[in-house]
Amino acid sequence: MNISIVQARPDFAAIAAWIPQGATVLDLGCGDGALLDYLKNTRQVRGYGVEIDDQNILRCIERGVNVIQGNLDEGLSGFENSAFDFVILSQTLQATRHTEALMKEILRVGREGIVSFPNFGYWKNRMQVLLGNMPVSRELPYQWYDTPNVHLCTLDDFENLCAHQNIRILGRHVITAGKDVQVMPNLRGSVAVYRFKRAD
Amino acid sequence: MSNSVGIVTAQRATFDTPLQFKSGAVLPRYDLVYETYGTLNADRSNAILICHALSGHHHVAGTYADDTKNVGWWDNMIGPGKPIDTDKFFVIGLNNLGGCHGSTGPSSIDPATGKPYGSSFPIVTVDDWVQAQARLADRLGITQFAAVIGGSLGGMQAMQWSLTYPERVRHVLAIATAPNLTTENIAFNDVARNAILTDPDFHGGDFYQHGVVPTRGLRLARMLGHITYLSDDAMAGKFGRGLRSGEYKFGYDIEFEVESYLRYQGDKFAAYFDANTYLLMTKALDYFDPARHTEHNLAHAFAPIKANYLVVSFSSDWRFSPDRSRELVKALLHNRRNVSYAEIQSRHGHDSFLMQDEQYFAVMRNYLNNVAKETA
Repeated sequence: MNISIVQARPDFAAIAAWIPQGATVLDLGCGDGALLDYLKNTRQVRGYGVEIDDQNILRCIERGVNVIQGNLDEGLSGFENSAFDFVILSQTLQATRHTEALMKEILRVGREGIVSFPNFGYWKNRMQVLLGNMPVSRELPYQWYDTPNVHLCTLDDFENLCAHQNIRILGRHVITAGKDVQVMPNLRGSVAVYRFKRAD
Repeated sequence: MSNSVGIVTAQRATFDTPLQFKSGAVLPRYDLVYETYGTLNADRSNAILICHALSGHHHVAGTYADDTKNVGWWDNMIGPGKPIDTDKFFVIGLNNLGGCHGSTGPSSIDPATGKPYGSSFPIVTVDDWVQAQARLADRLGITQFAAVIGGSLGGMQAMQWSLTYPERVRHVLAIATAPNLTTENIAFNDVARNAILTDPDFHGGDFYQHGVVPTRGLRLARMLGHITYLSDDAMAGKFGRGLRSGEYKFGYDIEFEVESYLRYQGDKFAAYFDANTYLLMTKALDYFDPARHTEHNLAHAFAPIKANYLVVSFSSDWRFSPDRSRELVKALLHNRRNVSYAEIQSRHGHDSFLMQDEQYFAVMRNYLNNVAKETA
Protein backbone atom coordinates (compact mmCIF):
# COMPACT_ATOMS: atom_id res chain seq x y z
CA MET A 1 0.00 0.00 0.00
CA ASN A 2 2.74 2.43 1.01
CA ILE A 3 4.68 1.81 -2.16
CA SER A 4 1.73 2.65 -4.37
CA ILE A 5 1.18 5.90 -2.46
CA VAL A 6 4.76 6.93 -3.02
CA GLN A 7 4.53 6.02 -6.69
CA ALA A 8 1.41 8.12 -7.05
CA ARG A 9 2.91 11.03 -5.13
CA PRO A 10 6.71 11.14 -5.56
CA ASP A 11 6.90 14.20 -3.29
CA PHE A 12 5.73 11.99 -0.38
CA ALA A 13 8.96 9.98 -0.43
CA ALA A 14 11.04 13.15 -0.47
CA ILE A 15 9.03 14.58 2.43
CA ALA A 16 9.21 11.36 4.44
CA ALA A 17 12.99 11.19 3.98
CA TRP A 18 13.31 14.41 5.99
CA ILE A 19 11.03 13.36 8.85
CA PRO A 20 12.75 11.58 11.75
CA GLN A 21 11.08 8.80 13.72
CA GLY A 22 8.48 9.97 16.21
CA ALA A 23 8.37 13.58 15.03
CA THR A 24 5.29 15.73 15.52
CA VAL A 25 3.82 16.75 12.19
CA LEU A 26 1.09 19.09 11.03
CA ASP A 27 -0.01 18.48 7.45
CA LEU A 28 -1.82 21.51 6.05
CA GLY A 29 -4.33 20.67 3.36
CA CYS A 30 -3.88 17.00 4.15
CA GLY A 31 -6.46 15.79 1.64
CA ASP A 32 -7.56 12.23 2.30
CA GLY A 33 -4.80 11.75 4.88
CA ALA A 34 -2.59 9.53 2.70
CA LEU A 35 0.67 11.30 3.60
CA LEU A 36 -0.07 11.31 7.33
CA ASP A 37 -1.05 7.66 7.15
CA TYR A 38 2.23 6.95 5.35
CA LEU A 39 4.26 8.93 7.90
CA LYS A 40 2.43 7.25 10.77
CA ASN A 41 3.27 3.81 9.37
CA THR A 42 6.85 4.49 8.27
CA ARG A 43 7.99 7.17 10.75
CA GLN A 44 5.66 6.64 13.75
CA VAL A 45 4.94 10.35 13.72
CA ARG A 46 2.34 12.02 15.91
CA GLY A 47 0.49 13.71 13.10
CA TYR A 48 -2.46 15.99 12.56
CA GLY A 49 -3.99 17.19 9.33
CA VAL A 50 -5.87 20.34 8.49
CA GLU A 51 -8.46 20.01 5.78
CA ILE A 52 -11.47 21.97 4.59
CA ASP A 53 -13.30 19.47 2.40
CA ASP A 54 -16.08 17.37 3.95
CA GLN A 55 -15.33 14.25 1.90
CA ASN A 56 -11.65 14.39 2.79
CA ILE A 57 -12.56 14.78 6.48
CA LEU A 58 -14.52 11.54 6.22
CA ARG A 59 -11.63 9.77 4.50
CA CYS A 60 -9.14 10.89 7.16
CA ILE A 61 -11.40 9.81 10.02
CA GLU A 62 -12.05 6.52 8.24
CA ARG A 63 -8.34 5.73 8.05
CA GLY A 64 -7.77 6.81 11.63
CA VAL A 65 -5.75 9.91 10.85
CA ASN A 66 -6.19 12.94 13.15
CA VAL A 67 -7.79 15.69 11.11
CA ILE A 68 -8.96 19.17 12.02
CA GLN A 69 -11.49 20.80 9.77
CA GLY A 70 -10.54 24.35 8.93
CA ASN A 71 -9.68 26.88 6.28
CA LEU A 72 -5.96 27.57 5.82
CA ASP A 73 -6.79 31.01 4.48
CA GLU A 74 -8.11 31.88 7.93
CA GLY A 75 -4.62 31.30 9.36
CA LEU A 76 -3.35 28.86 11.95
CA SER A 77 -4.64 30.61 15.06
CA GLY A 78 -5.81 27.24 16.38
CA PHE A 79 -2.19 26.16 16.79
CA GLU A 80 0.33 27.29 19.37
CA ASN A 81 3.82 28.62 18.63
CA SER A 82 6.39 25.91 17.85
CA ALA A 83 3.77 23.23 18.47
CA PHE A 84 5.17 20.88 15.82
CA ASP A 85 8.56 19.65 14.64
CA PHE A 86 7.39 19.91 11.03
CA VAL A 87 4.59 21.72 9.28
CA ILE A 88 3.96 20.29 5.82
CA LEU A 89 2.16 21.93 2.97
CA SER A 90 2.12 19.41 0.15
CA GLN A 91 0.73 20.47 -3.23
CA THR A 92 -1.40 23.11 -1.54
CA LEU A 93 0.75 26.28 -1.54
CA GLN A 94 -0.46 27.25 -4.99
CA ALA A 95 -4.10 27.02 -3.88
CA THR A 96 -3.78 29.27 -0.83
CA ARG A 97 -5.01 32.85 -1.01
CA HIS A 98 -2.77 34.45 1.59
CA THR A 99 0.38 32.57 0.66
CA GLU A 100 2.88 34.98 2.19
CA ALA A 101 1.03 35.10 5.51
CA LEU A 102 0.71 31.33 5.52
CA MET A 103 4.48 30.89 5.07
CA LYS A 104 4.98 33.00 8.20
CA GLU A 105 2.37 30.96 10.05
CA ILE A 106 4.06 27.70 9.05
CA LEU A 107 7.25 28.83 10.76
CA ARG A 108 5.43 30.19 13.77
CA VAL A 109 3.71 26.85 14.40
CA GLY A 110 6.49 24.56 13.22
CA ARG A 111 10.20 24.47 13.92
CA GLU A 112 10.67 23.58 10.26
CA GLY A 113 8.49 23.79 7.19
CA ILE A 114 8.22 21.45 4.24
CA VAL A 115 6.46 22.62 1.13
CA SER A 116 5.87 20.88 -2.18
CA PHE A 117 4.31 22.46 -5.25
CA PRO A 118 4.07 22.05 -9.02
CA ASN A 119 6.82 24.03 -10.75
CA PHE A 120 5.18 26.46 -13.10
CA GLY A 121 8.60 26.97 -14.69
CA TYR A 122 8.74 23.35 -15.87
CA TRP A 123 9.49 23.41 -19.58
CA LYS A 124 6.28 21.60 -20.53
CA ASN A 125 4.28 24.30 -18.76
CA ARG A 126 6.33 27.00 -20.47
CA MET A 127 5.69 25.33 -23.80
CA GLN A 128 1.95 25.30 -23.31
CA VAL A 129 1.99 29.00 -22.44
CA LEU A 130 4.26 29.66 -25.43
CA LEU A 131 1.78 27.83 -27.64
CA GLY A 132 -0.96 30.04 -26.29
CA ASN A 133 -2.70 28.07 -23.54
CA MET A 134 -2.59 27.82 -19.77
CA PRO A 135 -0.80 24.60 -18.82
CA VAL A 136 -2.79 21.45 -18.09
CA SER A 137 -0.83 18.41 -16.92
CA ARG A 138 -0.76 15.64 -14.34
CA GLU A 139 0.59 18.11 -11.77
CA LEU A 140 -1.76 20.86 -12.92
CA PRO A 141 -4.89 18.93 -13.84
CA TYR A 142 -7.26 21.91 -14.09
CA GLN A 143 -8.57 24.23 -16.74
CA TRP A 144 -7.90 27.92 -16.10
CA TYR A 145 -11.57 28.49 -15.27
CA ASP A 146 -11.96 25.75 -12.66
CA THR A 147 -8.52 25.69 -11.07
CA PRO A 148 -8.13 26.15 -7.31
CA ASN A 149 -4.55 27.26 -8.03
CA VAL A 150 -4.40 31.01 -7.56
CA HIS A 151 -0.71 31.36 -6.66
CA LEU A 152 1.35 29.29 -9.05
CA CYS A 153 5.09 29.87 -8.96
CA THR A 154 8.42 28.63 -10.21
CA LEU A 155 11.34 27.38 -8.13
CA ASP A 156 13.03 30.75 -8.53
CA ASP A 157 9.90 32.56 -7.43
CA PHE A 158 9.60 30.44 -4.29
CA GLU A 159 13.26 30.93 -3.41
CA ASN A 160 12.83 34.69 -3.86
CA LEU A 161 9.90 34.63 -1.46
CA CYS A 162 12.03 32.76 1.09
CA ALA A 163 14.84 35.31 0.75
CA HIS A 164 12.30 38.10 1.11
CA GLN A 165 10.84 36.52 4.26
CA ASN A 166 14.22 35.77 5.80
CA ILE A 167 13.62 32.02 5.49
CA ARG A 168 16.60 29.68 5.24
CA ILE A 169 16.21 26.78 2.80
CA LEU A 170 17.64 23.60 4.34
CA GLY A 171 16.99 21.20 1.51
CA ARG A 172 15.40 20.85 -1.89
CA HIS A 173 14.23 17.95 -4.03
CA VAL A 174 13.19 18.55 -7.60
CA ILE A 175 11.34 15.69 -9.22
CA THR A 176 10.17 14.83 -12.70
CA ALA A 177 8.34 11.57 -13.39
CA GLY A 178 9.52 10.21 -10.05
CA LYS A 179 13.21 10.95 -10.69
CA ASP A 180 15.45 13.55 -9.05
CA VAL A 181 16.42 16.45 -11.27
CA GLN A 182 19.85 17.99 -10.68
CA VAL A 183 20.54 19.99 -13.83
CA MET A 184 18.52 23.13 -14.58
CA PRO A 185 15.80 22.25 -12.07
CA ASN A 186 13.74 25.40 -12.68
CA LEU A 187 13.29 24.29 -16.27
CA ARG A 188 13.38 20.52 -15.99
CA GLY A 189 11.61 19.86 -12.68
CA SER A 190 7.86 19.30 -12.56
CA VAL A 191 7.49 19.14 -8.77
CA ALA A 192 9.61 20.80 -6.09
CA VAL A 193 9.88 19.94 -2.38
CA TYR A 194 11.57 22.38 0.00
CA ARG A 195 12.59 22.09 3.61
CA PHE A 196 13.16 25.38 5.41
CA LYS A 197 13.31 27.22 8.74
CA ARG A 198 13.56 30.73 10.07
CA ALA A 199 16.96 32.28 9.48
CA ASP A 200 18.25 33.41 12.87
CA MET B 1 -38.11 0.71 11.90
CA SER B 2 -35.91 -2.22 10.86
CA ASN B 3 -32.84 -0.49 12.27
CA SER B 4 -34.37 0.34 15.63
CA VAL B 5 -33.22 -1.27 18.84
CA GLY B 6 -36.92 -2.10 19.19
CA ILE B 7 -38.75 -2.49 22.48
CA VAL B 8 -36.64 -1.47 25.45
CA THR B 9 -37.15 -1.55 29.20
CA ALA B 10 -35.90 1.01 31.67
CA GLN B 11 -33.97 -0.39 34.63
CA ARG B 12 -33.34 0.99 38.05
CA ALA B 13 -30.17 0.80 40.13
CA THR B 14 -30.30 1.74 43.80
CA PHE B 15 -27.15 2.97 45.54
CA ASP B 16 -26.85 2.94 49.30
CA THR B 17 -23.35 4.41 49.48
CA PRO B 18 -23.65 8.14 50.24
CA LEU B 19 -22.57 10.44 47.43
CA GLN B 20 -20.74 13.60 48.40
CA PHE B 21 -21.50 16.47 46.03
CA LYS B 22 -19.05 19.22 45.02
CA SER B 23 -21.20 21.63 47.03
CA GLY B 24 -20.45 19.60 50.16
CA ALA B 25 -23.99 18.20 50.37
CA VAL B 26 -24.40 14.45 50.78
CA LEU B 27 -27.09 12.25 49.27
CA PRO B 28 -27.27 9.15 51.51
CA ARG B 29 -28.94 6.95 48.92
CA TYR B 30 -30.23 7.41 45.41
CA ASP B 31 -31.63 5.68 42.35
CA LEU B 32 -30.46 5.93 38.78
CA VAL B 33 -32.71 4.78 35.96
CA TYR B 34 -31.02 3.62 32.80
CA GLU B 35 -31.46 1.65 29.61
CA THR B 36 -29.03 -0.52 27.71
CA TYR B 37 -28.93 -1.55 24.07
CA GLY B 38 -26.75 -4.15 22.39
CA THR B 39 -24.63 -6.76 24.14
CA LEU B 40 -21.63 -6.33 26.40
CA ASN B 41 -18.83 -8.42 24.92
CA ALA B 42 -16.83 -11.01 26.85
CA ASP B 43 -13.96 -8.69 27.83
CA ARG B 44 -16.40 -5.86 28.56
CA SER B 45 -14.58 -3.53 26.18
CA ASN B 46 -17.41 -2.38 23.93
CA ALA B 47 -19.47 -0.21 26.30
CA ILE B 48 -20.52 3.29 25.30
CA LEU B 49 -22.05 5.75 27.72
CA ILE B 50 -24.47 8.36 26.36
CA CYS B 51 -24.67 11.50 28.50
CA HIS B 52 -27.79 13.57 28.11
CA ALA B 53 -28.19 17.32 27.84
CA LEU B 54 -30.51 19.71 29.65
CA SER B 55 -33.87 18.11 28.98
CA GLY B 56 -32.71 14.59 28.12
CA HIS B 57 -32.98 11.32 29.98
CA HIS B 58 -32.25 7.60 29.89
CA HIS B 59 -34.64 6.76 27.05
CA VAL B 60 -32.13 7.29 24.28
CA ALA B 61 -33.24 4.74 21.68
CA GLY B 62 -36.07 2.35 20.88
CA THR B 63 -39.63 2.40 22.14
CA TYR B 64 -41.62 0.95 25.03
CA ALA B 65 -43.99 -2.02 24.70
CA ASP B 66 -46.79 -0.05 26.39
CA ASP B 67 -45.95 3.25 24.68
CA THR B 68 -44.74 2.57 21.15
CA LYS B 69 -44.89 6.25 20.16
CA ASN B 70 -42.34 7.15 22.85
CA VAL B 71 -39.17 6.94 20.73
CA GLY B 72 -35.78 7.58 22.40
CA TRP B 73 -34.37 11.09 21.98
CA TRP B 74 -31.35 9.94 19.94
CA ASP B 75 -32.96 7.06 18.12
CA ASN B 76 -31.75 8.39 14.75
CA MET B 77 -28.14 7.96 15.92
CA ILE B 78 -28.32 4.71 17.90
CA GLY B 79 -29.39 1.30 16.70
CA PRO B 80 -28.33 -1.69 14.60
CA GLY B 81 -26.35 -0.36 11.64
CA LYS B 82 -26.64 3.25 12.81
CA PRO B 83 -23.59 5.45 13.58
CA ILE B 84 -23.63 4.31 17.22
CA ASP B 85 -24.09 0.71 16.17
CA THR B 86 -25.77 -1.53 18.73
CA ASP B 87 -24.60 -4.58 16.77
CA LYS B 88 -21.08 -3.61 17.81
CA PHE B 89 -21.48 -1.65 21.02
CA PHE B 90 -23.19 -2.03 24.35
CA VAL B 91 -24.84 1.35 24.78
CA ILE B 92 -25.97 2.79 28.10
CA GLY B 93 -28.27 5.76 28.56
CA LEU B 94 -29.13 7.05 32.02
CA ASN B 95 -31.10 9.79 33.67
CA ASN B 96 -28.80 12.00 35.69
CA LEU B 97 -29.18 12.76 39.37
CA GLY B 98 -31.50 15.70 39.85
CA GLY B 99 -33.47 14.65 36.81
CA CYS B 100 -37.21 14.16 36.59
CA HIS B 101 -37.47 10.93 34.65
CA GLY B 102 -37.00 8.38 37.40
CA SER B 103 -33.55 8.99 38.86
CA THR B 104 -33.47 10.63 42.26
CA GLY B 105 -34.22 14.31 41.88
CA PRO B 106 -36.08 17.21 43.47
CA SER B 107 -39.48 15.65 42.72
CA SER B 108 -38.50 12.32 44.34
CA ILE B 109 -39.60 11.49 47.85
CA ASP B 110 -36.90 12.11 50.44
CA PRO B 111 -37.03 9.00 52.66
CA ALA B 112 -35.93 11.12 55.62
CA THR B 113 -39.04 13.32 55.48
CA GLY B 114 -41.51 11.38 53.40
CA LYS B 115 -41.91 14.48 51.22
CA PRO B 116 -40.41 15.49 47.87
CA TYR B 117 -36.88 16.88 48.18
CA GLY B 118 -37.91 20.12 46.49
CA SER B 119 -35.72 22.99 47.63
CA SER B 120 -33.57 20.67 49.77
CA PHE B 121 -32.16 18.78 46.78
CA PRO B 122 -28.50 19.76 46.47
CA ILE B 123 -27.13 21.69 43.52
CA VAL B 124 -25.55 19.11 41.22
CA THR B 125 -22.46 19.65 39.11
CA VAL B 126 -21.10 17.84 36.08
CA ASP B 127 -18.44 16.28 38.37
CA ASP B 128 -21.17 14.90 40.63
CA TRP B 129 -22.96 13.34 37.69
CA VAL B 130 -19.77 11.67 36.52
CA GLN B 131 -19.22 10.26 40.02
CA ALA B 132 -22.71 8.80 39.97
CA GLN B 133 -22.28 7.49 36.42
CA ALA B 134 -19.03 5.80 37.43
CA ARG B 135 -20.85 3.96 40.19
CA LEU B 136 -23.40 2.76 37.65
CA ALA B 137 -20.52 1.63 35.41
CA ASP B 138 -19.05 -0.28 38.38
CA ARG B 139 -22.41 -1.89 38.98
CA LEU B 140 -22.56 -3.01 35.35
CA GLY B 141 -18.99 -4.34 35.50
CA ILE B 142 -17.54 -1.80 33.11
CA THR B 143 -14.07 -0.67 34.10
CA GLN B 144 -13.36 1.21 30.88
CA PHE B 145 -15.71 2.69 28.30
CA ALA B 146 -14.91 2.34 24.61
CA ALA B 147 -16.43 5.79 24.34
CA VAL B 148 -18.35 8.37 26.33
CA ILE B 149 -20.54 10.45 24.04
CA GLY B 150 -22.56 13.57 24.63
CA GLY B 151 -23.87 16.74 23.03
CA SER B 152 -24.07 20.13 24.72
CA LEU B 153 -24.25 19.57 28.50
CA GLY B 154 -23.76 15.88 27.68
CA GLY B 155 -20.46 16.76 26.00
CA MET B 156 -19.34 18.43 29.21
CA GLN B 157 -19.95 15.17 31.08
CA ALA B 158 -18.02 13.25 28.44
CA MET B 159 -15.11 15.68 28.86
CA GLN B 160 -15.33 15.39 32.63
CA TRP B 161 -15.07 11.61 32.37
CA SER B 162 -11.71 11.92 30.63
CA LEU B 163 -10.54 14.32 33.36
CA THR B 164 -11.82 12.49 36.43
CA TYR B 165 -11.22 8.96 35.15
CA PRO B 166 -8.51 9.17 32.46
CA GLU B 167 -8.05 5.39 32.53
CA ARG B 168 -11.72 4.61 32.22
CA VAL B 169 -12.50 6.15 28.82
CA ARG B 170 -10.73 5.42 25.53
CA HIS B 171 -12.64 7.88 23.36
CA VAL B 172 -14.62 11.02 24.01
CA LEU B 173 -17.08 12.24 21.40
CA ALA B 174 -17.75 15.84 22.39
CA ILE B 175 -20.52 17.29 20.24
CA ALA B 176 -21.80 20.86 20.10
CA THR B 177 -20.22 21.61 23.42
CA ALA B 178 -17.74 24.00 25.06
CA PRO B 179 -15.07 24.09 27.79
CA ASN B 180 -17.39 26.42 29.74
CA LEU B 181 -20.41 28.61 29.11
CA THR B 182 -19.99 32.07 27.64
CA THR B 183 -21.21 35.05 29.63
CA GLU B 184 -24.15 35.35 27.27
CA ASN B 185 -25.12 31.74 27.90
CA ILE B 186 -25.03 32.24 31.65
CA ALA B 187 -27.18 35.32 31.16
CA PHE B 188 -29.75 33.35 29.17
CA ASN B 189 -29.79 30.70 31.87
CA ASP B 190 -30.33 33.30 34.54
CA VAL B 191 -33.33 34.75 32.71
CA ALA B 192 -34.75 31.23 32.41
CA ARG B 193 -34.18 30.60 36.11
CA ASN B 194 -35.73 33.91 37.04
CA ALA B 195 -38.85 33.04 35.08
CA ILE B 196 -39.21 29.96 37.31
CA LEU B 197 -38.01 31.49 40.58
CA THR B 198 -40.44 34.42 40.34
CA ASP B 199 -43.47 32.31 39.43
CA PRO B 200 -45.82 32.57 42.46
CA ASP B 201 -46.51 28.85 42.07
CA PHE B 202 -42.84 28.00 42.61
CA HIS B 203 -43.03 28.33 46.40
CA GLY B 204 -39.28 28.43 46.81
CA GLY B 205 -39.01 25.04 45.12
CA ASP B 206 -41.52 23.27 47.39
CA PHE B 207 -44.53 23.62 45.12
CA TYR B 208 -45.26 19.88 45.31
CA GLN B 209 -46.83 20.21 48.75
CA HIS B 210 -49.03 23.03 47.48
CA GLY B 211 -50.45 20.91 44.69
CA VAL B 212 -49.35 23.40 42.05
CA VAL B 213 -46.71 23.58 39.32
CA PRO B 214 -44.88 26.77 38.26
CA THR B 215 -46.09 26.26 34.73
CA ARG B 216 -45.79 29.89 33.66
CA GLY B 217 -42.16 30.16 34.69
CA LEU B 218 -41.24 26.82 33.21
CA ARG B 219 -42.85 27.53 29.86
CA LEU B 220 -41.19 30.95 29.66
CA ALA B 221 -37.85 29.33 30.45
CA ARG B 222 -38.41 26.78 27.72
CA MET B 223 -39.56 29.36 25.17
CA LEU B 224 -36.43 31.40 25.76
CA GLY B 225 -34.23 28.33 25.63
CA HIS B 226 -35.88 27.10 22.47
CA ILE B 227 -35.16 30.37 20.66
CA THR B 228 -31.50 30.07 21.50
CA TYR B 229 -31.30 26.45 20.36
CA LEU B 230 -32.40 27.43 16.87
CA SER B 231 -30.81 29.90 14.48
CA ASP B 232 -32.25 33.08 13.02
CA ASP B 233 -31.97 31.41 9.65
CA ALA B 234 -33.79 28.25 10.72
CA MET B 235 -36.60 30.20 12.39
CA ALA B 236 -36.99 32.46 9.37
CA GLY B 237 -37.10 29.42 7.12
CA LYS B 238 -39.62 27.61 9.27
CA PHE B 239 -41.99 30.43 10.23
CA GLY B 240 -40.94 33.60 8.46
CA ARG B 241 -43.33 36.40 9.38
CA GLY B 242 -46.27 34.13 8.73
CA LEU B 243 -49.53 35.09 10.43
CA ARG B 244 -52.00 32.46 11.53
CA SER B 245 -55.03 34.40 10.30
CA GLY B 246 -53.23 36.23 7.55
CA GLU B 247 -53.98 39.63 9.06
CA TYR B 248 -52.93 41.81 12.00
CA LYS B 249 -55.42 41.56 14.88
CA PHE B 250 -54.02 44.46 16.91
CA GLY B 251 -53.92 42.46 20.11
CA TYR B 252 -51.67 40.19 22.19
CA ASP B 253 -53.07 36.82 21.26
CA ILE B 254 -51.08 34.43 19.14
CA GLU B 255 -50.70 36.01 15.71
CA PHE B 256 -47.35 35.09 14.25
CA GLU B 257 -46.66 31.43 13.51
CA VAL B 258 -43.49 31.58 15.58
CA GLU B 259 -45.52 32.66 18.63
CA SER B 260 -47.81 29.71 18.16
CA TYR B 261 -44.87 27.36 17.87
CA LEU B 262 -43.06 28.69 20.92
CA ARG B 263 -46.13 28.64 23.13
CA TYR B 264 -46.89 25.10 22.05
CA GLN B 265 -43.34 24.02 22.82
CA GLY B 266 -43.48 25.83 26.17
CA ASP B 267 -46.78 24.22 27.16
CA LYS B 268 -45.66 20.78 26.09
CA PHE B 269 -42.46 21.06 28.10
CA ALA B 270 -44.09 22.53 31.20
CA ALA B 271 -46.55 19.63 31.25
CA TYR B 272 -43.89 17.01 31.89
CA PHE B 273 -40.65 18.65 33.02
CA ASP B 274 -39.82 19.51 36.62
CA ALA B 275 -39.05 23.16 37.38
CA ASN B 276 -36.41 22.30 39.99
CA THR B 277 -34.67 19.98 37.55
CA TYR B 278 -34.57 22.79 35.00
CA LEU B 279 -32.91 25.05 37.59
CA LEU B 280 -30.37 22.37 38.50
CA MET B 281 -29.47 21.62 34.89
CA THR B 282 -28.87 25.26 34.01
CA LYS B 283 -26.73 25.68 37.11
CA ALA B 284 -24.64 22.63 36.22
CA LEU B 285 -24.06 24.21 32.81
CA ASP B 286 -23.03 27.52 34.38
CA TYR B 287 -20.62 25.91 36.84
CA PHE B 288 -18.81 23.62 34.43
CA ASP B 289 -15.34 25.08 33.90
CA PRO B 290 -12.41 22.64 34.10
CA ALA B 291 -9.93 25.49 33.65
CA ARG B 292 -11.19 27.28 36.74
CA HIS B 293 -8.49 25.66 38.86
CA THR B 294 -5.67 26.15 36.34
CA GLU B 295 -5.83 29.92 36.11
CA HIS B 296 -8.18 29.61 33.14
CA ASN B 297 -5.59 27.74 31.15
CA LEU B 298 -7.54 24.96 29.44
CA ALA B 299 -4.44 23.28 28.08
CA HIS B 300 -3.15 22.80 31.62
CA ALA B 301 -6.56 21.69 32.83
CA PHE B 302 -6.59 19.02 30.12
CA ALA B 303 -3.21 17.58 31.12
CA PRO B 304 -4.69 14.47 32.80
CA ILE B 305 -6.63 13.45 29.69
CA LYS B 306 -5.61 10.20 28.04
CA ALA B 307 -8.65 9.65 25.83
CA ASN B 308 -8.76 10.19 22.10
CA TYR B 309 -11.24 12.85 21.07
CA LEU B 310 -13.67 13.48 18.29
CA VAL B 311 -14.95 17.05 18.50
CA VAL B 312 -17.94 18.07 16.37
CA SER B 313 -19.52 21.51 16.02
CA PHE B 314 -22.23 23.02 13.84
CA SER B 315 -21.81 26.19 11.80
CA SER B 316 -25.09 27.83 12.87
CA ASP B 317 -24.81 26.94 16.57
CA TRP B 318 -24.39 30.26 18.34
CA ARG B 319 -24.85 28.93 21.88
CA PHE B 320 -21.98 26.46 21.54
CA SER B 321 -20.23 27.94 18.56
CA PRO B 322 -17.51 26.27 16.48
CA ASP B 323 -15.01 28.66 18.11
CA ARG B 324 -15.67 27.03 21.47
CA SER B 325 -15.03 23.58 20.02
CA ARG B 326 -11.77 24.84 18.52
CA GLU B 327 -10.71 25.82 22.06
CA LEU B 328 -11.12 22.19 23.05
CA VAL B 329 -9.11 21.06 20.04
CA LYS B 330 -6.33 23.52 20.81
CA ALA B 331 -6.07 22.36 24.42
CA LEU B 332 -6.01 18.72 23.32
CA LEU B 333 -3.32 19.46 20.73
CA HIS B 334 -1.26 21.14 23.41
CA ASN B 335 -1.33 17.85 25.30
CA ARG B 336 -0.61 15.85 22.13
CA ARG B 337 -3.83 13.88 22.40
CA ASN B 338 -5.30 12.23 19.35
CA VAL B 339 -8.06 14.54 18.20
CA SER B 340 -10.17 15.01 15.11
CA TYR B 341 -12.50 17.92 14.58
CA ALA B 342 -15.41 18.23 12.18
CA GLU B 343 -17.37 21.41 11.62
CA ILE B 344 -20.73 20.50 10.15
CA GLN B 345 -22.50 22.98 7.88
CA SER B 346 -25.99 23.10 9.32
CA ARG B 347 -28.82 25.61 9.54
CA HIS B 348 -30.45 24.25 12.65
CA GLY B 349 -28.45 26.00 15.36
CA HIS B 350 -27.62 24.19 18.58
CA ASP B 351 -30.39 21.65 17.94
CA SER B 352 -28.38 20.39 14.96
CA PHE B 353 -26.70 17.81 17.16
CA LEU B 354 -30.01 15.98 17.51
CA MET B 355 -30.87 16.08 13.83
CA GLN B 356 -30.13 13.72 11.01
CA ASP B 357 -27.41 15.12 8.76
CA GLU B 358 -25.46 13.14 6.21
CA GLN B 359 -22.01 14.54 6.95
CA TYR B 360 -22.50 14.56 10.73
CA PHE B 361 -23.68 10.96 10.76
CA ALA B 362 -20.89 9.85 8.41
CA VAL B 363 -18.29 11.49 10.69
CA MET B 364 -19.73 9.67 13.71
CA ARG B 365 -20.00 6.39 11.84
CA ASN B 366 -16.45 6.49 10.46
CA TYR B 367 -14.97 7.41 13.81
CA LEU B 368 -16.89 4.75 15.73
CA ASN B 369 -16.07 2.08 13.15
CA ASN B 370 -12.44 2.47 14.18
CA VAL B 371 -13.39 2.44 17.86
CA ALA B 372 -15.24 -0.82 17.22
CA LYS B 373 -12.14 -2.35 15.60
CA GLU B 374 -10.23 -1.85 18.87
CA THR B 375 -12.86 -3.82 20.76
CA ALA B 376 -13.20 -6.69 18.27
